[in-house]
Amino acid sequence: MQVELRGITKCFGSLRANDSISLAVSPASVMGILGENGAGKSTLMKILSGFYSPDSGDIVLDGKKITISSPADAIRQGIGMLHQDPLDFPPLRVIDDFILGRKGGILPGRKKAAREFRELATRFDFALDTEAYVDTLTVGERQQLEILRLLWLGARVLILDEPTTGISLPQKEKLFATLRKLAAEGMTVLFVSHKLEDVEALCDAACVLRQGKLVGTMKPPFQARALVEMMFGKEVELAPRTHIEPGKNILCAKGVCLDGIRIQIKGVDLEVRSGEVIGLAGMEGSGQALFLGACAGLSQPTDGCFCLDDGASGPDGRNMTGRTHHDFKRNGVAYLPAARLEEGLVPGLSLTEHFVLSEGPRGLGARKGPFIDKKKADALARERITTYNIKGRPDSTVESLSGGNQQRALLALMRTPLNLVLVEHPTRGLDIESTIYIWSKLKERCSQGTAIVFISSDLDEILQYSDRVLVFYSGRVTPPLEAESLSVERLGRLIGGKGWDELAPEAAHA
Amino acid sequence: MRDTKPTRALFQTGSIVLALLLATVVLLLAKADPIAAYKNIALGAAGSWDVVANVFVSWVPLLLATSGLLVTFTVGLWNIGIEGQITLGAVFTTWAMRLMQDSGWNPAIIIALAVLAGMMGGALWAMLAGALKTFGGVNEIFGGLGLNFVATALNIWLIFGPWKRPGIASMSGTLPFERNLWMPIAEGSSRLTPATLILAIVGILVVYALLEGTYFGLKLKAVGKNPKSAYILGIPTWQHMMTSFAICGLFAGLAGAVQVTAVYHRLIPSISSGYGYMGLMVAMLVGFRASLAAPVALFFAALNVGSIQLPIVLKLDSSLAGVLQGTIVLFVILGQGVRDRLLKKAKVGS
Repeated sequence: MQVELRGITKCFGSLRANDSISLAVSPASVMGILGENGAGKSTLMKILSGFYSPDSGDIVLDGKKITISSPADAIRQGIGMLHQDPLDFPPLRVIDDFILGRKGGILPGRKKAAREFRELATRFDFALDTEAYVDTLTVGERQQLEILRLLWLGARVLILDEPTTGISLPQKEKLFATLRKLAAEGMTVLFVSHKLEDVEALCDAACVLRQGKLVGTMKPPFQARALVEMMFGKEVELAPRTHIEPGKNILCAKGVCLDGIRIQIKGVDLEVRSGEVIGLAGMEGSGQALFLGACAGLSQPTDGCFCLDDGASGPDGRNMTGRTHHDFKRNGVAYLPAARLEEGLVPGLSLTEHFVLSEGPRGLGARKGPFIDKKKADALARERITTYNIKGRPDSTVESLSGGNQQRALLALMRTPLNLVLVEHPTRGLDIESTIYIWSKLKERCSQGTAIVFISSDLDEILQYSDRVLVFYSGRVTPPLEAESLSVERLGRLIGGKGWDELAPEAAHA
Repeated sequence: MRDTKPTRALFQTGSIVLALLLATVVLLLAKADPIAAYKNIALGAAGSWDVVANVFVSWVPLLLATSGLLVTFTVGLWNIGIEGQITLGAVFTTWAMRLMQDSGWNPAIIIALAVLAGMMGGALWAMLAGALKTFGGVNEIFGGLGLNFVATALNIWLIFGPWKRPGIASMSGTLPFERNLWMPIAEGSSRLTPATLILAIVGILVVYALLEGTYFGLKLKAVGKNPKSAYILGIPTWQHMMTSFAICGLFAGLAGAVQVTAVYHRLIPSISSGYGYMGLMVAMLVGFRASLAAPVALFFAALNVGSIQLPIVLKLDSSLAGVLQGTIVLFVILGQGVRDRLLKKAKVGS
């Protein structure tokens, strides 16, 4: 089936997630859709599969203009999407999950469906037991189930969103073989990924999105360098950086292994020194959030340990194995999550109430005791609001603030002194003014001897503010790299899984 | 539409009017005269000093239950097990009274100790629900419901087994305590006990101060609104949930103790009298704010007492009070929902 998108535009509030994107995919081919996080890949695919409706623009199938009202409608018209997290029902049996999306019929007709399921499975050499429960399957098997289901429902266009995250290598090879076979049979496949090697291995063509716009398409042979440049833009001129001489070790990660839901990290060694800024780069879900959370005591390493300098336990610091986030907090660690309203702030509570919660009676300068000194609390809130330039009143609830002001509020909630600040996406979704402001406040902490570890998907931000950089790719972690020796292009290649072989000899001092 | 005080008040009164209309329809379907019914309820609740006293007798345990529930609601918990907690309070009180009734101690001391025992019993039962949630992963609604049944069974077993009246066991409960072990009744009244009124008033004031003025109350609020953020802000989450269970249990146990020492003077099968569930309704109706709990609880108590007249005068079932209370709660919450939707629409539209 010939798929054509004409001038698709979709806005969320003031954000243009898709900006008049036009794209044609010919039948019997695999088209790779590349782009960094937030480039608009998922939005575009969700429009094609009926999750969103576009603000403007047309979807054309085989030369006929169509409208898609829902995902169910999309599959009726032959468009099926395999989501990054498979949309299945873990408590159900495979066969029940398989027949769920079918239209019509009062009786399930399991027997006939099971026969057809087995025929399909044999065709693609999938070993799936119809009676097994979905939650006993691996992510790869769940994808297989989902692919069979979509085929059975009559999909002639198959969209796969980051399908190679979290599946094993043999499963990936089988998936690619299946997709090639399907394409050879006439299927149109759209393959969303940020992994260059996957696109090289599989796709007949690739297009790149950046900041909601289609910036280019390419046919094989693919040039990784050109693709990276399209994904991340041209190398920008860096502003002069303020360098702070690093001091003593604040945090040591010794052979840390972590087990996430979809990702495993093995043996990370890192020493964070006071006054230093460490950037964690990588595509979302490559393990950096898992690592940062573990630095805050939010999850426990399966092997190795974190040691924190507490000024008393000698040069190696205190082993924090088995300690909770609150123990880390008591040792001067602050954690600023990216999901501000979900994990950092309490919607429904005012700014003043937040300051009272984080500071307690001592921070307020009030007498000890169970009662809150409302006058002192109000005074503190006013002071912080002025210092951090928050556009809000002491009694403003946090959800009424803009994103930038919520981020400022999170910064304002940090206590003094701190040894280590861990920040997820410090400036995501913020305008330039807020970005500069947030970093000036973070750098101010550095000059007081606080170390900062942050995650960002903005390569410029990583290179601009970090002293050293760790790159994450599918759970693999580079040794710390000196930021000054990195270019946007090289960082982009590392994030996309390229150039890892030549790393070892030039690793910076860890 | 904008979010202003008048629109809020408009929606609330509108909801109550709708609830009254629905109750009227129910009355008409039952072929009863609605005006006569409402008049009887009003007279039954405020017609004489004696019925007014009865309203307050009903108000005390209801307000105590509501006060406790405000604490658990604040931390985001649905403590539906409060009925069982009231029952256990009554059981523990009765147990303590039975142990001490022949000791010859000062009655005031016996009653005070028995009330304390009741509070402990309620807290124990509440913390059991809390432990099930925290350590067993059992949702507090299911755990509470299960414990309610266990509490009822325990109560009935005690009344018909170990604590039965000499001779024959009876649905009318255990043998009443000696008159001198009753909570002192006010001059000129048949049932009103000033001490329990004071307990209820002090109780709601304590909860108000706790929730509105203390660090602890603010932490409960934070945990209730977003446990994840609260944890990152440094608040020990499950410990606060457990403590709020215990506090609610203390209040529920106190309500049970009041039922035993001041109202029935014995243990009866339906000792909780549904005050726990009614307390849930009151707490929802006031939007979990302590400031409005006392008057609304009084209104509900008046409906309860007033409707006792219905079967006598109009041959109607007294459950009309329940119908009215339920529909009022439903409509007020529905009104809030509709208002929020309209506000959202207005916001998107602008």
